[in-house]
Amino acid sequence: MSGTPGNEPSHVTLSGVDRNYEGPPVVHALGPIDLQIRTGEFFSVVGPSGCGKSTLLDVLCGLVRPTSGSVRFEGKELHGEVPDGVGVVFQEDSSMRWLSVRQNVAFGLRTSSLSQQEIAERVEHAIRFMGLMQFADHYPAQLSGGMRQRVCIARTLVLRPRLILLDEPFGALDQQTRLLMGDELLRLWRETGATVVLITHALDEAAMLSDRVGVMSARPGRFIDMVETRWPRERDSRIVSEPNFGALTARLWSSLREESLKTMGRVA
Amino acid sequence: MTRRRAALLVRIALLAGLVLLLEICCRTGIVDPLTVIPPSEMFASMIERVSSGELDEGIIQTFSTIALAFVLAVVSGTLGGVLLHRQSRLRDIVDPLLASYYSVPTFIFYPLLVALLGLGKAPLVSLGVLSAAPAVMISTLSGLDGVSPVLLKLARVHRLSPARTLWWIVLPDALPRLFSGLKLALSYALIGVIAGEFILSGTGLGYSISYAYQSFDNRAMYGLMLFVLLVAVIANGVLYVWEGRLARRRSTG
Repeated sequence: MSGTPGNEPSHVTLSGVDRNYEGPPVVHALGPIDLQIRTGEFFSVVGPSGCGKSTLLDVLCGLVRPTSGSVRFEGKELHGEVPDGVGVVFQEDSSMRWLSVRQNVAFGLRTSSLSQQEIAERVEHAIRFMGLMQFADHYPAQLSGGMRQRVCIARTLVLRPRLILLDEPFGALDQQTRLLMGDELLRLWRETGATVVLITHALDEAAMLSDRVGVMSARPGRFIDMVETRWPRERDSRIVSEPNFGALTARLWSSLREESLKTMGRVA
Repeated sequence: MTRRRAALLVRIALLAGLVLLLEICCRTGIVDPLTVIPPSEMFASMIERVSSGELDEGIIQTFSTIALAFVLAVVSGTLGGVLLHRQSRLRDIVDPLLASYYSVPTFIFYPLLVALLGLGKAPLVSLGVLSAAPAVMISTLSGLDGVSPVLLKLARVHRLSPARTLWWIVLPDALPRLFSGLKLALSYALIGVIAGEFILSGTGLGYSISYAYQSFDNRAMYGLMLFVLLVAVIANGVLYVWEGRLARRRSTG
């Protein structure tokens, strides 16, 4: 099933994307996928484990070339290279243990041609935005998992990306922290105006945060459902108490249940 | 008192106890003074020799050779490790050789080194490098193997060149593991150079120890041995402290 393009222009377009992993045996990990992600949209991807969600993210940001089909970002086709304007936050802790929080955040701009003053301003802004002011001179080992993930998000923010890709960024965090980080993410999305693509295995997270949720099948991952949440742009984690929230999560689960059983080797 | 500090104090007490025991054994004649002299005399002899200036030339000669061998071993071992890490086919061939390298007594090559390089500093530096470089290479390989894959992905997201990826991400991430190679390299360079001076040199501390040994000058020999031992312990201690600081920043801060 393909994504439904809205009125907004498409920011990222995947056309007939397939991705195989060389064998033997050759593994068909992903596709075929046709998807249009709208500019400024908060788009989430849910799917059973091992369905190729992370592969999809790698393809979306240009880290991995599709075996067939094409990926276009802002109208330009990607050729196995991450384009300017794309920021990625990974599931694993990717803070650099040997750098302080401030140095970690500034890392994103090491190769930029900005003036030192501009760099310092952007770094301070990102640190403040992510609530890390008190910890700017701390090292990652002194921070909790949630704080380290904030550092990684801040490091992406200084680049002022127009497309932010997040691969299960809150996967290792406890439920309360996840909800609060979700709020942070919504605030970030609203204030930066960036397009956000979130890969997650948490259905409630997807339902709470997104404008639109794509449900993927078991491997090879394809989109089997697209759910528009129709939430207002001004929203936060309290939306879980909306009557519609339960119905959305239930719809996601009913689409996903059969696929999840498949990955467990059972027939639905 | 922290556990770390307690362990340090016990360690010092243990060493001091052993030295004291040796002192008593020597003084009471349990150990023949012709075989081992009391540690206090070793220390006195060391101070005499170092302060008299007679060792100045040997000290400069030996430690400059060790330093040169150490630096060359670190540079060549690191470069070799990086190269092998990139060339997986070459690595498949070399890995078993590298693993069994230290079963080969490097000193058997000394006649060859003298024939090729002549007498002087070059064969000594070569012996030091031959002893130390593989340790650096092995630790570099294990360090690079342990670099977090997500950091390498990050480097690609930031479009870093291979050189910047190496310098900004790979080496700093691998640094704690590289340190074990540095410590080994220092020890091996020291052993290689001093042992080389024993057998193929006419100058340097190794030669002086060997000369004192052959002249039955136990006092001089033990004084010199103690000096070399102390310098080695101090140099290793400096690396150990440096490593500890790095590790603390990365673990608990």
